Amino acid sequence: MSSTLIPPKSDTNWQKVAAPQAYTDAAPNFFGELVQETFALTRRLFIQLQRRPSTLVAGIIQPIIWLVLFGALFQNAPKGIFGNTTNYGQFLSAGVIVFTAFAGALNAGLPVMFDREFGFLNRLLVAPLASRFSIVLASAIFIISQSLLQAAVIVTVAAFLGAGLPDAVGLGAIALIVFLLALGVTSLSLGLAFALPGHIELIAVIFVTNLPVLFASTALAPLSFMPNWLQIVATLNPLSYAIEPIRYLYLHQDWGLGSVVMHAFWGDVTFGGALLVLLGLALVALLSIQPQLRRTLA
Amino acid sequence: MAPAVLVKNLKKRYGTVEAVKDISFQVEPGEIFGLLGPNGAGKTTTLRALCTLTTPDAGKIEISGISVLDHPKAARQRLGYVAQEVALDKVLTGRELLQLQAALYHLPSQAAKQRIETVLDLLGLQEYADKKTGTYSGGLRKRLDLAAGLLHAPDVLVLDEPTVGLDIESRFVVWDFLRKLREAGTTVVITSHYLEEIDALADRVTIIDRGVVIATGTPSELKDDVGGDRITIRIREFSPIEEAQKAKDLLNSLAFVQEVIINSAQGNSLNLVVTQQNDALISIQQTLNSAGLPIFGIAQSRPSLDDVYLAATGKTLLDAELAAAGSRDPKAEKKQNMR
Repeated sequence: MSSTLIPPKSDTNWQKVAAPQAYTDAAPNFFGELVQETFALTRRLFIQLQRRPSTLVAGIIQPIIWLVLFGALFQNAPKGIFGNTTNYGQFLSAGVIVFTAFAGALNAGLPVMFDREFGFLNRLLVAPLASRFSIVLASAIFIISQSLLQAAVIVTVAAFLGAGLPDAVGLGAIALIVFLLALGVTSLSLGLAFALPGHIELIAVIFVTNLPVLFASTALAPLSFMPNWLQIVATLNPLSYAIEPIRYLYLHQDWGLGSVVMHAFWGDVTFGGALLVLLGLALVALLSIQPQLRRTLA
Repeated sequence: MAPAVLVKNLKKRYGTVEAVKDISFQVEPGEIFGLLGPNGAGKTTTLRALCTLTTPDAGKIEISGISVLDHPKAARQRLGYVAQEVALDKVLTGRELLQLQAALYHLPSQAAKQRIETVLDLLGLQEYADKKTGTYSGGLRKRLDLAAGLLHAPDVLVLDEPTVGLDIESRFVVWDFLRKLREAGTTVVITSHYLEEIDALADRVTIIDRGVVIATGTPSELKDDVGGDRITIRIREFSPIEEAQKAKDLLNSLAFVQEVIINSAQGNSLNLVVTQQNDALISIQQTLNSAGLPIFGIAQSRPSLDDVYLAATGKTLLDAELAAAGSRDPKAEKKQNMR
């Protein structure tokens, strides 16, 4: 085989790189192929990011501005009003970490939508991919990496602003929470990218979802601030289940899976319970987009 | 040996539009096969079904004997598809795009490296390989797209309107390239609504119109079937009708002349269909001169594929293009092409 692979000096010996494979759809090396194609698709996204870093830069600058501006806005708020901290920045950093991950993941579908619109997706679909879910997998890996990077920057900046720094286990817990939330939201966004007719519609959905979900969560203010009806909404909002555990470990040295992080209208939510809710949501999101993915990708 | 491509009784409907009603053709290994038809005839839909991008409502498609519907992955491995619209990632360099393409076809890394060099050489892209594709001209973009389609050395390379929108020079580069491919044994399927492109390139052609096949054969077979050569005579630059009529009567008396039409749209020139023979022009000149008629211009040609299309559908390809252009819905078509 290798004799046909010698770089050609003439035009004639470039045919046939490999003998045709056996007459079968079952790849001899399914896992190896899946890794190869997923790696290549993920690499493409990182090259894009490296050469067009504006979204990442904006995605890091924006939460820092949130921290600084909101921190300043509530600097003179009466003590004890945001729970047992005197520092609104400390209260807020949990909200900013989660909201940043949420917003980033919500946008995950946009590049896929543009690939659909520009025909680049067709290039992927005519290729003998081991599984077309590698396209989705690559997006998820990329977005989650980006969210974790943003979270790391926010945690660092918040530490400099006086919010303190959680210990190693705490940082691990933050990473896990960001991972679970980003996984769930990325799945939904990718599902939408295949379900909606074009990027205008997708942007509209993102726009309508983004801020209301933020304000109807505990990101900016504690439950006790809210009227009853909003408390109910906020305790049903998945963002709160990501925010409250992170906030708890920021404010408490001695946290554990059994710590009560939120007082919902039906009862108390523990740290572990919140993690389970996030895991459940990610699984439900992943499962719910399967029919759509099968329709367009299978 | 199984045909390189077999399409049998293909049907595909989008909503109320029957894009493909009944299309069958067969492509032999190593030939350049052309699908000719006006815009909207069903060419792209046929190719999309062939390349597993759309599922036909009915019919059979095989690549080297492998059913595209039953074994899509095996079929994809043997196919290279170059779409009409060049879709490149403008942030990637040409080489990075090819590296991505190589991974999607699971080439081992060493083989991928060599293949990338090979196709870059083949399409004269070496000096542009490390520039972002966003900086490429239209011709370069097409060449990179061809390189990508060819990277995994497919048995069958499928090209949808490969030269639409290209300048003349790039067009000849593509033609030349496709001929070299054929020499190397690759089967090539191209669609085009350019008659001269199919005539110049294709070993065999299937002409389709409104979702059905109207003729299949080699370009010369098809042209021979409509019969005779075409001769155009202009007595003067603008001939008076009486003179044209007189010439028509004279020429009608010649044994090899099958039909004479006075074309008033071209200054009453005479359009003749004649049985093929070498001294037709000389006989005509002698006949007209001995009757005292001058000759401003005279030209003989073989029938064109347009004459084949005209004979089958009663309209020229250009007329069909214009009619189709008015009734098409670009938005709906874009949606069909989106997955």
